Amino acid sequence: MKRQVWAVITVIALVSTGAAACGGGSKKTTGTSSGGSSSAKYNAAVDSVVNASDTKGGTLTFGNSDDFDSTDGGNTYYAYSLNFNRLYERPLTTYAPKTGAAGLQAVPDLAQGLGTPSNGMRTWTFKLRPNLKYEDGTPIKAADVKYAIARTFDRGILGNGPSYFAHLCVDAATYKGPYKDKNINDFKCVDAPDDTTVVIKFKDPFPDMNLLVAFPQTAPVPQAKDTGAQYALHPISSGPYKWQGNFQPKVGGTLVRNTNWDPASDPIRKALPEKIVYKAGMQENEIDQELINGTLDVDIAGTGVKTAARQQILSNAKLKANADDPVAGFHWFLPINTQIVTNVNCRKAMIDGVDRDAMWRAYGGDIGGQLATSIMPPAVAGRQPSNIFPVKAGDTGDQAKAKADLQACNKPNGFSATMIYRSDRDKEKAVAQAVQQSLAKVGIQLSLKGYPSGGYTGSNAGSPDFMKKNNVAIATYGWAADWPTGYGYLEPLTDGAAIVNSGNSNVEMLNDPAINQLWKQVVTVADENQRNAIYNQIDQKVLEQAAIMPNVYAKSLLYRSPKLTNVFFQEQWGMYDYTALGKTQ
Amino acid sequence: MIAFIIRRLLTAVLLLVIISAVTFAIFFLLPRAAGMTTDQLAARFAGKAPDKATLLAIEKRYGFDKPVPVQYYDFMRGVVVGGKYDTGARVIDCPAPCLGYSFRTNEPVLQTVLNRAPVTFSIAAGAAVVWLIAGISIGVLSALRKGTFFDRFSMGTALVGVSLPIFFTGLLSQTFLEFKWGIWSQQDYVSITQDPVQWAHSLVLPWITLAFLYAALYARLTRAGMLDTMTEDYIRTARAKGLPERTVIVRHALRATLTPILTIFGLDLGLLLGGAVLTEKTFSMHGLGALAIDGVVQSDLPVVVGVTMAGALFVVLANLVVDVLYAVVDPRVRLE
Repeated sequence: MKRQVWAVITVIALVSTGAAACGGGSKKTTGTSSGGSSSAKYNAAVDSVVNASDTKGGTLTFGNSDDFDSTDGGNTYYAYSLNFNRLYERPLTTYAPKTGAAGLQAVPDLAQGLGTPSNGMRTWTFKLRPNLKYEDGTPIKAADVKYAIARTFDRGILGNGPSYFAHLCVDAATYKGPYKDKNINDFKCVDAPDDTTVVIKFKDPFPDMNLLVAFPQTAPVPQAKDTGAQYALHPISSGPYKWQGNFQPKVGGTLVRNTNWDPASDPIRKALPEKIVYKAGMQENEIDQELINGTLDVDIAGTGVKTAARQQILSNAKLKANADDPVAGFHWFLPINTQIVTNVNCRKAMIDGVDRDAMWRAYGGDIGGQLATSIMPPAVAGRQPSNIFPVKAGDTGDQAKAKADLQACNKPNGFSATMIYRSDRDKEKAVAQAVQQSLAKVGIQLSLKGYPSGGYTGSNAGSPDFMKKNNVAIATYGWAADWPTGYGYLEPLTDGAAIVNSGNSNVEMLNDPAINQLWKQVVTVADENQRNAIYNQIDQKVLEQAAIMPNVYAKSLLYRSPKLTNVFFQEQWGMYDYTALGKTQ
Repeated sequence: MIAFIIRRLLTAVLLLVIISAVTFAIFFLLPRAAGMTTDQLAARFAGKAPDKATLLAIEKRYGFDKPVPVQYYDFMRGVVVGGKYDTGARVIDCPAPCLGYSFRTNEPVLQTVLNRAPVTFSIAAGAAVVWLIAGISIGVLSALRKGTFFDRFSMGTALVGVSLPIFFTGLLSQTFLEFKWGIWSQQDYVSITQDPVQWAHSLVLPWITLAFLYAALYARLTRAGMLDTMTEDYIRTARAKGLPERTVIVRHALRATLTPILTIFGLDLGLLLGGAVLTEKTFSMHGLGALAIDGVVQSDLPVVVGVTMAGALFVVLANLVVDVLYAVVDPRVRLE
């Protein structure tokens, strides 16, 4: 009897505890931390500035579940790192601090104006703003920009960042970087004829130079202070903030004001916070919960909250008012290997027969993504949607049309091949299963193989040998533009000249002479609108070839703390603009 | 005793050499056995879509183009006599013992390990104090009150504690105590010399989480040991001689029970000092465990070797201390 009484008491206690835990929100839900302000509403920051303010002060805290690939502007590629880097480094240009398509335009930063082209857009001249200084008060000179670009040629030391300069410069084939070649005058790509003039010389016409130099590879680096691979421990600031002491990789650091930064020289940055704290290696759930509770200001990754927090936010009206769900810049598409599925009608059968609805739901439905039509996502300037493979909500595939396509390619009973995906990404696995199941209905048998994401783009999908040896017909993939033009997005994906043996982005192995010719032609066109028309034409041609299966333009459910000021979604970064943020006291 | 200690320390050196060799072998040979090429390994340290020239440059910089035995020789030479590190812009001297530089952060591994160690030590030492006091006390009381409600409740709770993984109890405690109920506010770790109060505050949840698991284990072990010892003849004799019960329990029964507890404690503490991985990751603490995980996930060989050797050293030293303490606890033991 005694045992039964205790058992009942224990059960009651457990149930009560569970009920208390599951029901209701946090006790820390005070008005300012998790309630929406009167002006806040869902998606407010997508096309307007929320909590506009010029009030200075406060400490802004960023959290990261991972860490920067590097704080050295010459050695970084992550989108959030490029966004954050502008707090302490100033490249020649940057992206306009504006919402919508206006944010895809380059504006001068370290330079006082956009570059002036000459020599058929092979040469670009930039004039620096006068009297700029580093954090230690020493002057910033054009020679420092030359040195900054030169050091990125040593890919063994600085291998993380983009390699455009190392490939496109006039001496790309011969120059080894200043660590191996001690005479900086041997670097012919960049001239600094005086302290404020930077001249960049490419082998071929390059109309997107104003966007390319927005990479912090052009942020000045004083040669005397360069410590090579260890420069990331304390990059010398040319921006409104500087690192306090050394940055601690995998742990974090603090940015404090750079008193030698001249606000009058910088129309881009408001520099409102007094201090900026960055914490690396935080647990993902902790980041989301601290954002909601107001003890953390920004999730620096900018890819949105995770599943548990997503449900919490969307089911709570007050929290939802502080959330934004913009289209973020990535297109998660599926390249179809033209060397394995050689007939265009067979490829069309795959696109016509696939269950687009299931693939879209795998990414979270309306919250996770937007059904894609063109290859270029909306974040590419001048991009037009396509009607070649129209799609609408609920589209589970047109089996009749797919079977007709298979008839046309002389495979009425279908064919067998392999599909690969990233095994540690649940969404890609779900997409692969949806593709496999829907195409099986028309006779296309795909065997699925998953590979870790770490080596996927280098050694699996990115290796033509691997793709051929393993009979891989289709792969999950994704791409965001390095800069928001058709060239920045499409060229690595569709130009035959871009095919490489490792890290290949033209996964479909498309080597179409007509498309290749368009790529050669477009770089000679000076007018932006005419170039955009050609990019859209290339996009259409690739779809006509059925070389890429469109899928989903990714969306990110971002949560903005009500304490933040000047919050807006910046199209190029695909997240909030970090240089604009301030904080209420 | 001095000879014993010296012999054990020399054994530790040999053990560290073996461990470093095994770690090298695991890092290089296992992936090759799975078909990974040198280019694929180098691609892990390059940015998006690296070309062949970048991969070759990385292979040369990190020594992937050399045979594994040569790379190992270079590493051991650095440990014994020191080495040099080329940052590109300058060459730095790395005095012995040089454990190399991280492939990812380009920081000296030895310095990184020394910077991270206090975090792990703080977690392990604090939790050890809590679990020893709680575990042994509860175990003794349970043994003395065998069959009572206290005994059943505490052993039942201990069973739960032993069964639940740390990442579960840690996340649970954090979710409810901090995020849902708001009765605890987790603070960032700072060193004890910087702010002892914040240092302790930042460690309370990790201590409790870690101690819950180990206290449960130690309570069960202590109870079992006490029950066994309390039936011994010498305990009956001590009572018959009229010794106070407290003296019988503490000085005679518990002392005999502690010997196996000490053995396990040495192993547990040594392993924790090498990195309380799950606890550190759950509470976002930057100790050796988090460093080890990051090193493995990011294929950062120098860090992996450095942390592994540090962990092994702590296990050896912890067991050495335990062996010495045996002689104190149990007069029958003589160190030979």
